Amino acid sequence: MGLNAVRYYFREAFASMRRNGWLSLASVGTVTVSLIILGCSLLLVLNANKLAAALEGMLEINVFLVDDLDREKIRQLNEQIKFLPGVAEVEFISREDALKKMQQSIGADKLEGLDYNPLPDAFRVKTRDPQQVPQVAGEIARLAGVEEVRYGQGLVEKLLAITRAIRIAGWVVMILLGGAAVFLISTTIRVSVFSRRKEINIMKYLGATNWFIRFPFLLEGMFLGLAGAFLAAVTVFYGYVLTVREINTLMPFLPIVSQFGEVLPVFACVVGLGLLIGAAGSALSVRRFLNV
Amino acid sequence: MLRLYNVSKVYQNNVTALDNINLHVRKGDFLFLVGPSGAGKTTLARLIFREELPTRGQIIFNGKNVVRMRPGEVPFHRRKIGMVFQDFRLLPLKNVYENVSFALEVTGAPSKEIKRRVPEVLKLVGLEGKAKMFPHQLSGGEQQRVCVARALVNNPLLLIADEPTGNLDPDTSWDLMKLFQRINEQGTTIIMATHAWDIVDAMKRRVVALSRGRIVRDEEGGAYSYGA
Ligand SMILES: Nc1ncnc2c1ncn2[C@@H]1O[C@H](COP(=O)(O)OP(=O)(O)OP(=O)(O)O)[C@@H](O)[C@H]1O
Ligand SMILES: [Mg+2]
Repeated sequence: MGLNAVRYYFREAFASMRRNGWLSLASVGTVTVSLIILGCSLLLVLNANKLAAALEGMLEINVFLVDDLDREKIRQLNEQIKFLPGVAEVEFISREDALKKMQQSIGADKLEGLDYNPLPDAFRVKTRDPQQVPQVAGEIARLAGVEEVRYGQGLVEKLLAITRAIRIAGWVVMILLGGAAVFLISTTIRVSVFSRRKEINIMKYLGATNWFIRFPFLLEGMFLGLAGAFLAAVTVFYGYVLTVREINTLMPFLPIVSQFGEVLPVFACVVGLGLLIGAAGSALSVRRFLNV
Repeated sequence: MLRLYNVSKVYQNNVTALDNINLHVRKGDFLFLVGPSGAGKTTLARLIFREELPTRGQIIFNGKNVVRMRPGEVPFHRRKIGMVFQDFRLLPLKNVYENVSFALEVTGAPSKEIKRRVPEVLKLVGLEGKAKMFPHQLSGGEQQRVCVARALVNNPLLLIADEPTGNLDPDTSWDLMKLFQRINEQGTTIIMATHAWDIVDAMKRRVVALSRGRIVRDEEGGAYSYGA
C-alpha cells in the first residue's frame, strides 16, 4: 500500500463525511450518547466497588454486656471472643469511655441533664472477613454475660446488589444504544456507498481491488465512531471532575475514585468501543452493499 | 493473445446471448465486432472483461484463463484491458486530468508515474490544453477522448470499445477513428463493437460479424454488410 493510496483513503473518507453531513452528525451523536452512558455506568460501578470495600473494612460487631460484670468476668469474655474462629481484633470499651466519646461527638452541653451513665460496657469486634460477621455475631450472642450484639446487617449485601444492578442496567442500555449506533453508522455508510455507486462501478472497470474500494468506507465508519467516542470521553471526563469536586466539598467522607490512573481504563474502554462500533457499522454495510 | 473456446452465455432468463463462439485475436489486431442489435456484442466484451462468466467454454487472455480466475486476480486482469463506453462514464466532479489520473490512482501507482504518464496520454488524444476542464464543459467528442485517455493510461494490452461513436456526429467519429488507428499503430490491440457501417467499410480491418449469438463471418479487410 503506497503513500499515495493512504492519502487517497483519507481524502475520500473525509469528503464522504462532508457530503453526508447530517447523517454523519446523527451517527456521531448516537455513538456519543451511548458511550456517555457506558462511561457513567463504569465510573459508578468503580465507585460503588470502592465504597463497598471501604464499608467492608469498617464493618464491625458491637457487643454490649450485661450491667455490673466484674473485671475478671470481662477479661474472660475478652479471651473467649478473641479465640472464636474468624475474629481478628477485640477492643474493650468501658461505659465511662463510651460516655466520654459520646460527649465529644454530640457535645457535652446537650448531655448536661443526664445524672447517670446509661451506656453499658462493650466490646468492639472485627472479623478477618466481612462475610463472617453474621456467624461470629451469632456465636458471641450465645456467650454468658452478653446482653446484645449489633452489626450493620445487610449493608454490604445491599451495596453489592446496587453495584450489580448498576452494572446490568448500564450494559443493557449500552448494548441497546450501541446497537442503534452501529445501525446508524451502517446506514450512513450505506448512503455513502449508494451516492457513489457510479464511481465505484467505474473503479471496478479501472481495475481497483476490492480493498481499495472498501477501505475509505471502513475508514469513514471508524472516524465516525472515534469522533463520537472522543466527544463522550471529554463530556464524561469534565462531568466527573466537576462531580468529584462537588462531592469532596459536600461529603468529604465518601471515598471517591479520583486517581487519574484509576479512571484511565474507563476512557480507554470508551474510545476502544467507539472505534469498534464504527468499524462494525461500516463493515456491515461494506460487506452487504459493496458486492465487488 | 486472446482466445475464446466454445464460449456460450445463457442469461438467467434463458436468453442465449452467445452460442459456441470460437475466436482468436492476435496482438496488434484491429477488430470490428458487428451485428444487429441483440447479437451479443456487448455480452462478448463483458465476458472478456470478466464482468460476467460464460455458461460454457474457456477464455484465455495473455496466458491466463479468465474463467478460472480467482476473484482477487480480476482487478489485475482488468488493468490490462482498457474499456471505452458509448456513454463515456466520466466522473462529473473530477476534471479531465483527474478523470484520467484516477485510473492510475486506483491501481496504487506512485504519484511520480502519474505526473509523467497523464500529460503523455492527454497529448496523445489531443486534450493537453483542456486538462483543467470538467466533463460538462466538453463536447461529446472531447469527452469520448477523455474516456480513451483513461483507458490507455495504464498501458493496456487490449482496448475494448463498445459503440464508442454511438453518441458522436460523423466528423467527430472520424477523429476518434484516426486516434484509434494511431493507438493501434503503437501496438495496442483494439476490439470495437459498432453499428457504424461507413467506418467499418472505410477502415478495411478485420471484421467479425455476430448474429443471434453466433459468429457468421470473420474476415480481414472486411465490410460491414452482414446476412444479406
Ligand atoms: N444482463 C442480462 N440479462 C439477461 N439478458 C441479457 C442481459 N444482457 C443482455 N441480455 C440479452 O442478451 C442478448 C445479447 O445482448 P447484447 O447486449 O450482448 O447485444 P448487443 O449485440 O450488444 O446489442 P446492441 O447492438 O443493441 O448493443 C440480448 O437478447 C439481450 O436481451
Ligand atoms: Mg451492446
